[in-house]
Amino acid sequence: MSAADALPKARFDALPLILIALIALAAWPAVGSTSTWVTLTVAGLAMGMIVFIAASGLTLVFGLMDVLNFGHSVFIALGAYVATSVLAVTAGWTSAASLLPTLGAVLLAMLAAMTLGGAIGLGFERVIVRPVYGQHLKQILVTLGGAIIGEELIKVVWGPAQIPLPLPDALRGSVLIGDAAVEKFRLVAVVVGLVVLVALLYTLNRTKIGLLIRAGVQDREMVESLGYRIRRLFVAVFAAGSALAGLGGCLWGMNQQIVVPQIGGQVNVLLFIVIIIGGLGSTLGCLVGALAVGLMTNYVGFLEPKLTMFSSIGLMVAVLVWRPQGLYPLAR
Amino acid sequence: MSTPPPLLSLAGVHTHIGAYHILHGVDFDVPVGQVTMLLGRNGAGKTTTLRTIMGLWSASQGSIVFDGERIGGPGADGGGSSAVRTPEIARRGIAYVPESMGIFSDLTVRENMLLAARSAKRAADLDTARLEWLFGLFPALRRFWLYPAGKLSGGQKQMLAIARAMVEPRRLLLVDEPSKGLAPAIVQNLIAALRELKATATTVLLVEQNFAMAKALGDSVAVMDDGRVVHRGAMAELADDEGLQHRLLGLSLAAHQ
Repeated sequence: MSAADALPKARFDALPLILIALIALAAWPAVGSTSTWVTLTVAGLAMGMIVFIAASGLTLVFGLMDVLNFGHSVFIALGAYVATSVLAVTAGWTSAASLLPTLGAVLLAMLAAMTLGGAIGLGFERVIVRPVYGQHLKQILVTLGGAIIGEELIKVVWGPAQIPLPLPDALRGSVLIGDAAVEKFRLVAVVVGLVVLVALLYTLNRTKIGLLIRAGVQDREMVESLGYRIRRLFVAVFAAGSALAGLGGCLWGMNQQIVVPQIGGQVNVLLFIVIIIGGLGSTLGCLVGALAVGLMTNYVGFLEPKLTMFSSIGLMVAVLVWRPQGLYPLAR
Repeated sequence: MSTPPPLLSLAGVHTHIGAYHILHGVDFDVPVGQVTMLLGRNGAGKTTTLRTIMGLWSASQGSIVFDGERIGGPGADGGGSSAVRTPEIARRGIAYVPESMGIFSDLTVRENMLLAARSAKRAADLDTARLEWLFGLFPALRRFWLYPAGKLSGGQKQMLAIARAMVEPRRLLLVDEPSKGLAPAIVQNLIAALRELKATATTVLLVEQNFAMAKALGDSVAVMDDGRVVHRGAMAELADDEGLQHRLLGLSLAAHQ
């Protein structure tokens, strides 16, 4: 069938993936030692996965409803604080150096962070986001205001002082892979990130609700014309995105081992850099952007610590010069 | 002998888009089981009319009645000022093919069809017999079933858009300028497919500028100008009367062939 042959197959755009490989390869000689490079690379991938988890909701919410939610940071901070509480309560489980009870406690902290993040996300959507649909300037002001209120409420509940979030003993220390020391917690973060990634990809590509989300990102009006209530879909996505932000915050807090009320705002900057690099609204772009930023931050943090923050912004500028719409721009 | 009530009826419909007053009291009926043509110059308000029926823009005055129930105009939801929402209108059995076709280009042809079939959860739930019928009308869809819809040609996209609207039985089909930008040979295919659709007594409201298509498919016609319906009648009558065409459309429809 000649017409079928003439039709171009769906071609996967692999260039952005090569970008990640290039960053990693360029850092190898710069770092010098292979074992240090492996350690930094795993740390970078782990950080990238955590940032991806936290940012995925932000990019989906923007893609689906054009809502740029500056209040996303609240759910990240919330997740981190919930982790401190849950791990404090389950201190008995984690005091023993055995792995299983510790993982149970961490799992419980992650579930609690997701549940609370999702539940508060529902309220946030209803009270703060819904009144300002389609009004970009107001969205920025109102969601930013929501973030400030959220941060203050967190201070009311957990206090303004920083709270240590020490890693449980069983997750401390490193395993040796060859000569390279890889911290155990980073492996946990990578595994959790992969689980979230697979679940997200499965939902978006293999379920009808995922199809609706992808279709809604492209053309809301047509989805409504086919008889689906996109508002409900959006509320569900918003809650799921907030739950993921809670999970990301829980992992981020454990990664930092210290939690301050401003933690959400600190991560938020990184998240916006990531979703702009990836292309606003794109899930795949969000993943690639998060990994690139995670790697870049860790390499530069090792080589030239003062330039760490600049490196992510520099990466964003470079990507935008190359692809002004981000790595995977939405087809709209 | 009594004629059955029209499936869709617009009476005195006004639509504002922002500060612009686009429809100035549109009146016409769409009889059941027929193809009704909506003709008129560019900017006459045809697309706005379809979008208002679909609830994508709300009518500020007048009423839109579908199958005996009010779906548009002030108070259509039985109280408040807002009209029935687009998803509910679609769920009552109205399918819409916009001028832009509304194809989800990142999704495959199969996924596009699956979304349009509200009762199907996965591709295996699609009605195979109906799918075979649609493949018969639009063979390209079978061939490109697993391809991203964005890779289809313009004509194939239009066929997907129409097939998508028909993937489950619908009571009324709104189609906005399906021939726009298509090569004449493709338009002939489209006419043939729509003719077959017409043979199944599907009710269609078709906006079209292509005379061959209007003449081949239309039973009745409403002609719009400047946000109003200025002529209603049988399509055959308009097709035979060049003077009327001149007066209503500014030029002979035959010149469009």
